[in-house]
Amino acid sequence: MPATIDSLPIIRAPRFDPESGELLRINPELVANFLVRFLRDECIRGRGISRAIVGLSGGIDSSVTTYLCARAFGPENTHAFRLPYKVSSPESLSHAREVTDALGVHERTIDITAMADGYLSESEEDASPLRIGNVCARCRITVLFDQSAKLNGLPIGTGNKTERMLGYFTWHADDAPPINPLGDLYKMQVYQLAEYLGVPEAIINKPPTADLLEGQTDEGDIGISYAKADRILVRLLEGHSAERLVELGFEEKEVEIVWKRVSGTHWKRHLPTVALISSSAINEFYLRPVDF
Amino acid sequence: MKFTAAAVQIAPVKADYAANIERVAEAAVRCSADGADLAVFPETVLSGYFLQGGVAEVAVTAEQAKADLAERLTGKIERPLDVVVGFYERHDGHIYNCAAHISFSPSDAEILHVHRKFFLPTYGVFDEERFVARGRDISAYSTRFGRFAMLICEDTWHSVTATIAALKGAQTIVAVAASPARGFSGESFANLDHYRRLLRAISEEHGLWTINAMLVGFEGGKGFTGGSVIVDPFGKIVVEGPATEEFILSAEIDLAEVARAREKFPMLADLVSVLEDVAREMQEVNEAECPQP
Repeated sequence: MPATIDSLPIIRAPRFDPESGELLRINPELVANFLVRFLRDECIRGRGISRAIVGLSGGIDSSVTTYLCARAFGPENTHAFRLPYKVSSPESLSHAREVTDALGVHERTIDITAMADGYLSESEEDASPLRIGNVCARCRITVLFDQSAKLNGLPIGTGNKTERMLGYFTWHADDAPPINPLGDLYKMQVYQLAEYLGVPEAIINKPPTADLLEGQTDEGDIGISYAKADRILVRLLEGHSAERLVELGFEEKEVEIVWKRVSGTHWKRHLPTVALISSSAINEFYLRPVDF
Repeated sequence: MKFTAAAVQIAPVKADYAANIERVAEAAVRCSADGADLAVFPETVLSGYFLQGGVAEVAVTAEQAKADLAERLTGKIERPLDVVVGFYERHDGHIYNCAAHISFSPSDAEILHVHRKFFLPTYGVFDEERFVARGRDISAYSTRFGRFAMLICEDTWHSVTATIAALKGAQTIVAVAASPARGFSGESFANLDHYRRLLRAISEEHGLWTINAMLVGFEGGKGFTGGSVIVDPFGKIVVEGPATEEFILSAEIDLAEVARAREKFPMLADLVSVLEDVAREMQEVNEAECPQP
């Protein structure tokens, strides 16, 4: 006797859930091993340099980068620099120390206050926090490149995809290092990598901050949490329009914050715009791959 | 455009057309009440699959199947419902293994297309060429949910059929099947694993939805696997059910995903741009003195 039709279960496809982070899930072991290979290939095979220079703020991105560098080059060839400014929180310094202690990498602290204030205090006392942040970021990258020259190493970038897409970084500072392992990983994916690599919990659990003012957080500056921003970003970059995301159940205001930031910062993800004059313009006519 | 599709995985009552038409109609009504715009039923659901010469006793015309379903759906559905149903069909003096796409409204019914099985398995446990005639066409046809194509069982196992359907404009492929379980060494039946790979590959290669309904039940010791799935245009299974059980799958089909998939992976557009060369290669193979194998 066949079952009655009414008794058959109906198995439904899951409804779209804007809270789901499924699209952001990575296999952290696979990613970590791949990034270690990437670092070795780019630095050692590609450029003949086997020493990494990392600016270690004590935040999650630079901590993860330092863990990856220690794996790729060995702690003896990884140099982590703590580069505090006068307003940097002591907590950041102690978190950075936790990382260097755990990994056994070289650690050095260079206070950039005199360097930054040589300009700011002397000539621009009224600079806004945004401008101070940019000056500090550019001072730090100056130090990192100089230390690279001194130590025959390469500065390793620490910027993630979320801040790159949102334009939440200082142009030609955070994005200046020639090698960046995290640049195609959303913030929520960096967290997964951090858990896998064993980054200290205190670093994973604290709110990300540019550390310019007390209580300042990235998410406060941007106006949306990284978790929400990533869920929107990942879909925008998969070809969904902003309107479509609202239709799918995302908050219109939040989609707008992300969309405005993305669409207003394309220039920040490029080299400077050069006036095309000749038919041999670099990267227009004269084309060579980066590893040619 | 969006619509809700149901894939109904049920076991037929062997060789009992009257009982099966009742059950299919009842399931169609339930799908409609549940919000479905399309209900897909497995291959040969109106009779069972292994009938040998008995196909002559259960085969009906598509018009007959339409009329029998319409009679049972009239007054029972409140909104239009499309049904794809597999059965042995009488047509122009032949018997075919077919799938018919029939569009029902509360008061009317129209056959949109009948697909007659193109590849008839005649090896191992299968003997279709002996009992049914072969369909000659792979067609895409228009529905109120965009362009569709249907494939039946072994049709799915040849990538060329889905390729033709996609080239003819299909945005959704309905794949119905009756597949007796073989290969018990893995986590699931080997032929069901194979099906999953095929269905996902079809969607992924051509950027289209695949709605699959599989027969279940035993016929003379041969147990049909079931394991129906609905696959999105990226090749991801959006809903699936257990093997061998009876159930109804339900999923919202968003045709905007077809465009998104094809934009991201323009395999079909790439194929269109080289089609002339592909056709020439096929022609050469066809005309070769010793075609393979």
